[in-house]
Amino acid sequence: MSKNTLYDKVWDSHTVARLDSGQDQIFIGLHLIHEVTTPQAFGMLKEIGSGVAFPGRTIGTVDHIIPTLSQIRPYEDDQAERMMAALEQNVNEFGVRFLHLDSGKQGIVHVIGPELGLSQPGMTIACGDSHTSTHGAMGSLGFGIGTTEVGHVLATQTLALNRLKVKRIEVTGALSPGVTPKDVTLRVIHDLGIKGGLGFAYEYGGDVFDAMSMEGRMTVCNMSIEGGARIGYVNPDQTTFDYLEGREFSPEGEAWERGVAYWREIASGDDAEYDDVYEIAGESIEPMVTWGINPGHSVGISQPLPEVGSFAGEDRKTAEHGYEFMDLRPGESILGTKVDVAFLGSCTNSRISDLREGARLMKGNKVHPGVRMLVVPGSQQVKQQAEDEGLHEVFTEAGAEWREAGCSMCLGMNPDKLVGAERSISTSNRNFIGRQGSPRGRTHLGSPAVVVSSAVAGCIADPREMGEQA
Amino acid sequence: MSTKRIEKIVGKAIPMPRDDIDTDRITPARFLKSITFEGIEKALFCDERENTPDHPVDNPAHKGANMMFVGKNFGSGSSREHAPQALKRFGIDVLIGVSFAEIFAGNCFAIGVPLGVASADDVNALIRQAQEEPETHFTVDIGNSTVSYGDRVIPIDIQETRKAAFLAGTWDMLANLRGNLPQVEEVATRLPYVTNFDSEAQ
Repeated sequence: MSKNTLYDKVWDSHTVARLDSGQDQIFIGLHLIHEVTTPQAFGMLKEIGSGVAFPGRTIGTVDHIIPTLSQIRPYEDDQAERMMAALEQNVNEFGVRFLHLDSGKQGIVHVIGPELGLSQPGMTIACGDSHTSTHGAMGSLGFGIGTTEVGHVLATQTLALNRLKVKRIEVTGALSPGVTPKDVTLRVIHDLGIKGGLGFAYEYGGDVFDAMSMEGRMTVCNMSIEGGARIGYVNPDQTTFDYLEGREFSPEGEAWERGVAYWREIASGDDAEYDDVYEIAGESIEPMVTWGINPGHSVGISQPLPEVGSFAGEDRKTAEHGYEFMDLRPGESILGTKVDVAFLGSCTNSRISDLREGARLMKGNKVHPGVRMLVVPGSQQVKQQAEDEGLHEVFTEAGAEWREAGCSMCLGMNPDKLVGAERSISTSNRNFIGRQGSPRGRTHLGSPAVVVSSAVAGCIADPREMGEQA
Repeated sequence: MSTKRIEKIVGKAIPMPRDDIDTDRITPARFLKSITFEGIEKALFCDERENTPDHPVDNPAHKGANMMFVGKNFGSGSSREHAPQALKRFGIDVLIGVSFAEIFAGNCFAIGVPLGVASADDVNALIRQAQEEPETHFTVDIGNSTVSYGDRVIPIDIQETRKAAFLAGTWDMLANLRGNLPQVEEVATRLPYVTNFDSEAQ
């Protein structure tokens, strides 16, 4: 059993009771809510005549269903309009703070939590969305939950949870030029598999994470769930504190000093013990792209696609299905695979650093005429910042569409969808069949750099070779 | 809220042999835009059913089944409770598989759907039985942690804590959690971030 890790310390300090079920009742420090997974939960509160136990610790926004083209109400999609209206009514009725479209602070929950300083080290954070693992980048524990559990948090500010084991993922050395945090997370999932994290929390550490920006850490923690780990986190350090200082909900003055002292204490100790450790040499990671139907189906961009025989048991059938669905063949190169759509956005890669990286590579280039490219900032604040820096002009001049903040083409709940058997290169987090809104649509996941290089080339292309072409 | 004891489930089974069936496949995202779970069973595997003429869910031989046999890592991906809700409302009262994704398992427990874990060999035997003799009635015995048919008895693993809750009819955790609200207040008072590190407010 792990000892003296951040996970253990936060778990212990948040334990309310041991339940008869054997689970621990855990206090939730921050509850983020959105339109999709809450209406039934508020309905449950009404049914039992309960209010929200700690309304000040819940904050709402809208992200999944929101159109990114025109946000004028009522929405064209009746169902989206009804969902939005239900959320508005519920937050009013239950006295929950809501970051609406006119607040200037709306955005994807996993972008705005850190951006506003709401997500802080040492907290437990819950949200009815599996990518709540993102907030682990702040040194917190982020739990993705279902709707009944959202009701539990609203009514009691707690969850009934099973304690996880802790696996330390140590990435040593340094990343090579052109390799990004997205490539690190895809490599972790490639190595450990999409089931490798079942029952574990991942603690990411080592030289590469010490040197990584906060936004990069968010990208990696975001995809922990794609490796089966409900939770991923990075211990808080000076990078974390520098990021948090001065944000809207961060403590100030003496309170800030007390906060930093507490956050230093909550980090894993030098004597921490782990249930398992996995090590990757940073230098061995190259830009990664997925070829199949789950995030573990990935390959170094210059490597041949893996032989089906390299997969064992049932994984072989999934790989065969993946090749068939994606219309690709083992042994071939992924480079040169034609794409119809390029998507830069989602809670994985829609922050200002992602847009800067995309714009840096896009500058002076054009989106290939056969490609439709969407660039979708993760929040209204990210959008504003990008526009202040002129990034939007780089994208629009190249022929890409510059949109309003939202989840957009990550998941097919809003008008941004693949059509028919379109093939996309996407900075999002899931290449599941049907994920991007078309049952036959095909998704390749990659970093913002890979998405831009591929959008320009019209086919999957290595971003490290872009400079030479330009 | 009312909850019930769950001790034994008897019935036919739908075999779903593949691994890594994610919740986007169980309930595609466009069906998440409803503000109730009513009718969500219509979304169950709907995209793959449309593209697969002999899909096990539509196979008339499995009509009326109340359990499902699945592979590894069933329910991976999105945390949407719509997936277990669709299964439950379709009539699936228990799932037996090689492994289940963490959030999906939590959601199933929360709505009173037991999950049994068995070895890959045993699950394959169950899947084959349901495929070859779909009229077979299986018995899932929660207390004894077994699934049986004919004279064959297969051990399954049901997380001890959840098993006890199913047997006692206390799997709806809300009442338990609410019972501890005074202790919740105490923990909140101890955590310095609850006042944003304003020591005087504590």
